[in-house]
Amino acid sequence: MIKGLFDGKRWSALLAAFPEYYIPGFLMTLKISLVGLAVALALGVVFGMFSSSKWKLLKIISRIYVEFIQNTPLALQVMCYYSVLPMLFSSSGFRIPKFVLGVIGVGVYHGAYISEVIRTGIEAIPKGQSEAASSQGFSYLETMYHIILPQTIKIIMPPLANQALNLVKNTSILAMVAGMDLMYFTDSWGADRGYFAQAYFTSAVMYFIICFPLARLARYLEIRSMRLPVAKTLDIQADEEAAC
Amino acid sequence: MLELSQQIFTPANVLFMLKGLQMTVMIAVLATIISIFFGTILALVRTYSTGKWRWAGTLVAIYTEFFRCTPNLLWILWIYFTVKGNKVGVSVFAISLFTSAVVAEIFRGGLNSIPKGQFEGAQSQGFSFLQTLWYIVLPQTYKKIIPALLSQVITIIKDTSFLKMVDVAEFMRNCAVVLGSIYDVRGMLLLFAFEALCYFAICFTLSCVVRGYQKTIVTG
Repeated sequence: MIKGLFDGKRWSALLAAFPEYYIPGFLMTLKISLVGLAVALALGVVFGMFSSSKWKLLKIISRIYVEFIQNTPLALQVMCYYSVLPMLFSSSGFRIPKFVLGVIGVGVYHGAYISEVIRTGIEAIPKGQSEAASSQGFSYLETMYHIILPQTIKIIMPPLANQALNLVKNTSILAMVAGMDLMYFTDSWGADRGYFAQAYFTSAVMYFIICFPLARLARYLEIRSMRLPVAKTLDIQADEEAAC
Repeated sequence: MLELSQQIFTPANVLFMLKGLQMTVMIAVLATIISIFFGTILALVRTYSTGKWRWAGTLVAIYTEFFRCTPNLLWILWIYFTVKGNKVGVSVFAISLFTSAVVAEIFRGGLNSIPKGQFEGAQSQGFSFLQTLWYIVLPQTYKKIIPALLSQVITIIKDTSFLKMVDVAEFMRNCAVVLGSIYDVRGMLLLFAFEALCYFAICFTLSCVVRGYQKTIVTG
């Protein structure tokens, strides 16, 4: 597995290929992760709100989305987008750009997970709060925006960071459809030269560079969310003096 | 449509694909067993190594962090290209290597939730450290982490689809072989739907079990 990992000649070959293979791959993975995360968050918020709304139909739609996406492999979904989507639009050899394919793939997949995270976050807020809000004339969206969502953010941050970590890892699936991401370039360079240990070790380190801060962030948020909120000490006397 | 499905789902094709499904399940089961075994050991070492065994805990911490922060696909490819041997065995090894780290993290979370008083109580009753682990700590931990473990099993089943890239005859790859003979969009959609349905049936059943079990935990 690590045969020839300490071979200087192989490392210099890798260094020579680094700007051509690894840098664009790394940037592509970063770009797909960022845009994919934005898409996943948007889908997650929408479907998370759907599944906690009072209309049965919206609930059912979001359940179907979540269950179906969560219980089928991402690789299958990406393959499906890759081979079926272009053919729906035209019969010519048109292919979706790899970047868009990646964004749709990880965005839709992690959108389902994030929507579950947001649903549990919303359900953790006591029902009395939305009842009180509606008694004060807040509409559904206003209640969500001003009252429920700000409170859920604290609960959902740690699992969200975990999802971001998984999302970055899952962008590697694009290598299955020649997605021009880090994994694809690693694979092609490794297969080109046969220096597999170098190729994959470098790519593992590069994924680690993106993911490790996210893992630490998730850990930190988890510890922070377990801390109980500390009540602010009210300076009642000062208030009274000011009133006088 | 009926004609089309008859064209795709010939008995030979269906049998071929279901053989792949069997392989998928077999790989997933083997990888699950291996990674639960090693994950347990890793978590125990990381949690209880003290004194001069401290370095072992650090080593395990590095292993778990490193594997948790790199994609599974990378390990599958790396190991496939560099380790010689039976294809299926090698891929089970790769998946278990990755999943052990995840299971270790799950297990550590369970271990940390066991109150310290249990150890002290066991010691006062004359249990040795290993006896305490075996009779008192591990049974409680397993009970607590079953939902998380089952979710991880679902992930393993989904991750076996990566093995298509290294040409192991699992479900996804066998379906891709059948897909190669279809040139019609509707046919492709039909086949993808079949594939998705098979994965869905397995994973959804498991996730229902998870939810049922969680309910019994909550309601006691």
